[in-house]
Amino acid sequence: MPEKIIEVRHLSKKFGSFQAVSDVSFSVYKGDVFGFLGPNGAGKSTSIRCLNSLIKPDSGTVEIFGQSITTHRESILGRIGSIIEKPDFYKYLSAYRNLEIFSRISGKPSSKQEIYKMLDFVGLGGRERDKFAGFSHGMKQRLGIAQTLLHNPDLIILDEPTTGLDPQGIIDIRNLILRLKNEQNKTVLLSSHNLAEIELICNRMVIINKGRSIVEGNVSDLMNGENLILRLEASPMPAAKNVLLAWKPTLLWDNVGDSSIQFPIEKSEIPYLTKLLVEQNIEIYSLEAKRTLEDYFIKIVSQ
Amino acid sequence: MILFNSIYNEIIKIALKPRSYLGLAAITVLVAVIQFALKADGMSIISFVTASFEQTLTFEGNVLNGNLVAFIILQMLLVQIPLLVALVTGDLVSGEAAMGTIRMLATKPISRVQLLLSKFIAGGIYTLIVILWMGVMSVVVGKLLFGTGDMMVLNSDGLVILQEADVNWRYLGGFAVAFLALFTVSSLSICLSCFTDNSIGPIVATMSVILLFTIIGTLDVRVFDPIKPYLFTTHMASWRSFFEDPLPLSAIWRSIAVLVAHNVVLISVSLYTFHRKDIQS
Repeated sequence: MPEKIIEVRHLSKKFGSFQAVSDVSFSVYKGDVFGFLGPNGAGKSTSIRCLNSLIKPDSGTVEIFGQSITTHRESILGRIGSIIEKPDFYKYLSAYRNLEIFSRISGKPSSKQEIYKMLDFVGLGGRERDKFAGFSHGMKQRLGIAQTLLHNPDLIILDEPTTGLDPQGIIDIRNLILRLKNEQNKTVLLSSHNLAEIELICNRMVIINKGRSIVEGNVSDLMNGENLILRLEASPMPAAKNVLLAWKPTLLWDNVGDSSIQFPIEKSEIPYLTKLLVEQNIEIYSLEAKRTLEDYFIKIVSQ
Repeated sequence: MILFNSIYNEIIKIALKPRSYLGLAAITVLVAVIQFALKADGMSIISFVTASFEQTLTFEGNVLNGNLVAFIILQMLLVQIPLLVALVTGDLVSGEAAMGTIRMLATKPISRVQLLLSKFIAGGIYTLIVILWMGVMSVVVGKLLFGTGDMMVLNSDGLVILQEADVNWRYLGGFAVAFLALFTVSSLSICLSCFTDNSIGPIVATMSVILLFTIIGTLDVRVFDPIKPYLFTTHMASWRSFFEDPLPLSAIWRSIAVLVAHNVVLISVSLYTFHRKDIQS
């Protein structure tokens, strides 16, 4: 079993009468790219702020690197790099000066060369002396990433890091996260609304809803255990539907255009159904099994 | 070490923020205007003041010298300087909250106590620079423009003549007490700044508190008498005590004690509040 980097148990936090987080638990292991999923208002940001000691939980425990964030705050934060919600810097200062300021209190102050190298690494080379106020959203995000990585943290917490980025920017950030994992064995906690992003780069995830963690595990395991959505394009369609009803009288499908339908099915049932359709002389033009995190996510949060 | 780094950060931030220079620019302009006015028509003002003594006293030499000019300037301006200080220090915490940078700072391995202490210290350094600039502009430039000489001070007890050689240390002491008074304003504004994420609120609130306490201090209403000695605004003009002869040492020490007590309370409340605060900005 790899080393446990984050262990959150029964985290709860109330703001006035609003219960932001009521029982969140999850674990992140060394080398994980851990997806933190949940609809708006689910309690993601509050939980992440508790991890960073920005918010003190009412109850529950947060242990990072095997130590409580409450009692070992400074030593833990020295090993974390994070962007919470959006990177905010001093508007009247340059990119270089901003990084210098945050580096100075990071526990591992960086040299001028290291700061320049990091700015180059995130694609801001040549913009070191430009004021933050003049940066585009994408450049601000890149500067945020630079600030996160500058002190070479062991754990990286990224809250919606690709929000507002152009497609190339999104790909760059994704590749960067994968490089951090693969080349430097960093542990990354990634909160995102972009389900495809989680599906593409995370190996483990937790879904939280209404302040509670609902499901946690390997992304592939969680999705393999679920029904697929099979999209069938066949002719004649009425005959195909009769075959389906004869096979499973309770089956419900959605019509997708005139010649396609889609319905839930288990992976093991697909060969048998294909055989049935062929035996009934149904012409199959396409058979597409879909299993997306989006489907899974919607199903989980609507329960 | 991280505390020193954080103090350095705060000083850099203040130094590179255009707003920080407003106070220094305002002092420069105000002092220059007053000095110009005194240079142009100062003797008639002095004659008006000394007229009531001329039956019993004869004034000779350079009466309107740099020492007196500096005193007049300080008397006129030290009441306005709190606004200039609060303009910068009131923004130190809440401005960061409004910008979102407080969130970034608070995720760094520096304790919140150290983070806030560095802001108090940087605020103190800025206040010191304001006072020093005030001193340079009023005393040094005043002496250069108006020359030097014995100093004539008119206070509530009458006319005090201080010998030229006896003036400089009094200015040093006066500026030290004035610094303590302004540092109290700085502490108040930083303290108020810990309670809000609004950048302007603490500045306005600080000025409102000063205004309220000043009004209470000047109102001749018996019900306020017990609290007047404990209001920091009562002691903001204590720098003038250094220009009395003999020096009212007990009054000066009392003022210092009240101002230090205010600072201790304000800094303690700020540290407690900031340490427990949920950062949601």
